Parts: sequence; structure tokens; C-alpha cells
Amino acid sequence: MIKGKVWKYGDDVNTDVIFPGRYTYTVTDPGEIASHALEDLDPAFAKNVKPGDVVVAGKNFGCGSSREQAALCLKYAGVAAVVAASFARIFFRNAINAGLPTVAAPEAIPHINAGDEITVDFQVGELTAADGSSYKFTALPPEVIGILEAGGLVPYVKKELANK
Amino acid sequence: MPQTFAEKIFSRKAGRPVAAGEIVVLEPDRLLSHDNTAAIAATFGEFGLERIVDPDKAVIVLDHCVPAATEKYAQNHLEIRKFVEANDIEHFFDVGEGVCHQVFAEQGFALPGELVLGADSHTTTYGALGAFAAGIGRTEMAALYATGELWLRCPESLRLEVTGEFGADVYPKDLVLYIIGDQGADGALYRSVEFAGPTVAATSPSGRMTLCNMAAEMGAKNAYVAPDEKTRAFLAGRARRTFDEVLPDDGAAYERTLSYDVAGLEPRVACPHTVDNVVPVGEAAGTRVDQIVVGTCTNGRIDDLVVAANILRNRRVAPAVRVLVFPASRATYLEALGIGALATLAAAGCIIMNPGCGPCLGAHEGILAAGEVCLSTANRNFRGRMGSTEAEVYLCSPATAAASALHGRITDPRTVRA
Ligand code: SF4
Repeated sequence: MIKGKVWKYGDDVNTDVIFPGRYTYTVTDPGEIASHALEDLDPAFAKNVKPGDVVVAGKNFGCGSSREQAALCLKYAGVAAVVAASFARIFFRNAINAGLPTVAAPEAIPHINAGDEITVDFQVGELTAADGSSYKFTALPPEVIGILEAGGLVPYVKKELANK
Repeated sequence: MPQTFAEKIFSRKAGRPVAAGEIVVLEPDRLLSHDNTAAIAATFGEFGLERIVDPDKAVIVLDHCVPAATEKYAQNHLEIRKFVEANDIEHFFDVGEGVCHQVFAEQGFALPGELVLGADSHTTTYGALGAFAAGIGRTEMAALYATGELWLRCPESLRLEVTGEFGADVYPKDLVLYIIGDQGADGALYRSVEFAGPTVAATSPSGRMTLCNMAAEMGAKNAYVAPDEKTRAFLAGRARRTFDEVLPDDGAAYERTLSYDVAGLEPRVACPHTVDNVVPVGEAAGTRVDQIVVGTCTNGRIDDLVVAANILRNRRVAPAVRVLVFPASRATYLEALGIGALATLAAAGCIIMNPGCGPCLGAHEGILAAGEVCLSTANRNFRGRMGSTEAEVYLCSPATAAASALHGRITDPRTVRA
């Protein structure tokens, strides 16, 4: 369960504005990756985001490139979850594998505003908006929960290899 | 139960019937990566394993920033070469061989009925040859190097039936831009897109690659064209091993079936800054351009270069425009050289570049300044992708690109017949 302050964006937020291509092969330090998060969409984001904040957006969040830093930059910036109407599939995968929870809750999006405080209960699959309204979302399948619980794909694979 | 292509491949690989929506753990047949292999290798290093599990599955192509533009890129390439050597990776294609997707297909790695995962979003391209091919992330590739398997969700399927004959100067690129404009950037989100119908059957493997490559721009997980005579002819003498063609069953459950008729279709242009912002070329015509790019994994093949050369033969590109031509691979380069297409393009004033991605992802070789406009045969026109966030990128077919080169303005290719 998380409770966090909302950064709200629109539809089709693409990977180039989440993490610009000009940094993909040269920036590797987590702190530096975080410092470019959403740089071409909202330059204020990286400077002001607080650990536990939640990114909320419209449909097709993370469309475009397969670059993983698009998920990592948000994770490293301390984002607790991304809530969107829908996700581009590679971003969805990258987020899970980075241990960054994603919530697809299309009905909730219009009821969430920038700066709101929202609650997401992953166990129950329920999101509660600042106005008190709540929205169910499909809980992730167990394979995926396993990866999130391990903290991402790398720790998950490490665990698997150790068990072999 | 009749199955879609995706369900059939998943069932075959899983060894049990798998329906759309199920998550299964599968072992892919081939793994593709490019300049991002250094990052993958670094993550792989965290697992503490000596070597990757199956080096024969790995195909690595250096293409994104080749030759290295800066010391950092050079260092990146160096680390990849070390990783390749340490793991005895045989299928390694160093600087100069071409764009990964073209090299992968040309070298006979993309085969009907095989499961390919690539650390690149346009891995969808190999569906043109009947493979199930999808893009994944770097960490996933590292996990695959460590375990040989990965969780995958069997996608729902979308069938696109295309009929009619292309008019003069209208190409598969125009069709796929039209479809993306119609369906939107998320029109095929998570879906397996099956291109079918007489028009697709009549389209060359190269044109099919353009369709499947661009399917990524409507969110598709993979794209597919049923293998046929044309596929077999392309693969003859190329295929790295024998293969089993996998075809969807009649009566399979498609989430949607859409019909398109290309008769009367006009050339299309995707306007800044999204790929689904598509208009008939007439609506963008007259837009001044500073740079034109002919190339990339979408449209840098021999037929694309020939189309451009035919339009530019014995003509000159407008003085104010830089026309950069990137053959998609060394093989394409040599073929274009052999038939005189490169000489024609160079004589017309084009700049012939080395095989590779060029400025497609904004790393080097043709970066845009603020206020500049580029017309490209690539697949993406996102803000800032090719340089300045104040620059604009339009997407089109090689014919529209070449016609526009003559005037330094976006031009309907039908008005400047070859
Ligand atoms: S040509 Fe462009 S789209 Fe294709 S692989 Fe290279 S960077 Fe990606």
C-alpha cells in the first residue's frame, strides 16, 4: 500500500520525453539518470519530486523506445508507482522488471489532479483518489508480483539462480 | 480450438495450449541486441555467472552510433567487443555491417516459426518473415543471458486485411502510416498484428519489413505476415537452419479484424511530433525542409534506394537541403553501388553515409538545430529525437523524400515523376 503526491500528465507520454535519447548511451549513474527524469516534458519534475510521489498519466504511457532508463529514471527518482489509463507494453515490462509498480486504472484518471494525495492498495487492487472515490484495478498476475516483491528482475533472477 | 499466430507459437514453445492473455515462461530461439549490449553485459555481470547460457542464440550488431562519435561511445563499443570475446559469441557484427534489423534478416537469423526477442522496440520487423519477434528491455536480455527464459504474455491478435493495388508512387510505408494515423499510436497496444490479404501477399519481403517495423508505432507487441513463396525465396541460401512455418488457423479468435483498401491511397506524411499525426502528402506539401534522411531499418533497403535514385537521376537536390542517404547494411550498400544507385544519388547532390542508424535516434551524423525541419524515411518523429527539442521531424516514404529533395520542400512524388 502506498500513499503519495501526484504528478499528473496527459496521453501518450513517450520514452523520449521521459528519458531523452541523447543520454541513453552515456549516462549510467543512478542519481544522474534520475536527474533527467521527464526532462523534455516537465523540467520541474526531477528537481522537485519526493520519494513516494506517484506519476499519473493518460493512455499509452511510455510509448516509443525500449529504453529501460524510462522506467529506471522514475524508480531512481523515488517514484512509488505509475498510475495510467494504459501502458505501452515495453514500458510495462521494464517497470515491472525495475521493481516499479504500475497500475492501469482508466476510470480513476479523470478524478486525479496534480498535487493530490492518492492511495494505492496493491493487495486489494484498489486506488483511492483525493476526493474519496475509489477504483478497482486488476491485480497483477503472480509471476509478475513475484518479480515486484523481489524488488525487480535482477534480484529475482539472483534468487532463482541461488535456488538452483 | 482454432488459434491465432501468437497463440500457436506460444503453445508450441510452451508445449501446451496457450490462449491470449496467459503469461508463460518461454525459451526464445534468438536474442538480438546492439550498442546497448554493454549495458546488458553490465547487468549480466551482477549475476556472477561466468558465461552466458547459450552463446549461439545471441546476435549482436553495432549500429546505433557507428563509427563511434565520441570517446564514450568508443568505450561502449570496446566493452561490447570484450563481452563478445569472453562469451565466444560468434554472431557478432561490428561497426559497418548495418542496422541490426536489416543485418539480422539478411543474415538468415529471422526465420518462420521461431521466437525472437530483441532489446530494441523494432524487433517486430522479423514478423515479415513469419517469426514471432518482440522487443524487450536490457535487464530482460541480461536475465535471458543468465537463464535462457523469460515471462511473456500471449497477446490478443488484430488482423489487418489489405486489398487493392498501390497507385504509382505509393508504397507500403504510405499504407502503414495511413493505418497508424487511423488507429492511433496505441491502436495495437500489446497486440499481435497479423497483416493479411492480397495486397500483403503481393508485397515484397522488404515492403513487409516496413509494415512490421512500423507496427511498433501503434504499440504492437509483434507483427506478422504469413510465410509464402516470397518468404522462401528471400530465405533461400540465407536461412541459418531449417524452419517450420507457423500459420494462424482459420476461424481463430481475433479481437478485431480491420479492412483497408489501398486503391486510391495517396502518399502519406506523419507530421511532428507523433507518428499517428498523419496527413495526405498534399496537406504537408510546401513545408520547407533543412535535412532529408533516406535510410534506417524502416526504409533503407535496396528497393528504397532505387526508388530514390530513380527520382533523382539526372537531377539536382535543392541547394538549401542536406540529403543524407544511409544504406541499411553493407550488403545493401554494395548492391546499390553495383547497380549505380549510389552514384546516381551522389551525382544528384546526396551525401552517401555509412550503413547504420545514422541520426535516427539523435546520437550523431545529422543532428538538428533548433528551428530546423527534417523529412525522414524512419519510423519515429518524437520531439527531440533527432537533436533539438525545437526541431521538427516529418516521416514519409523514400519516394516522397526524394521528390522533396528536389525542391527543399515537402513534395508529392506524383508531381515529379521519375
Ligand atoms: S534505424 Fe532507428 S529505429 Fe531502426 S534500429 Fe536504428 S535507431 Fe532504431
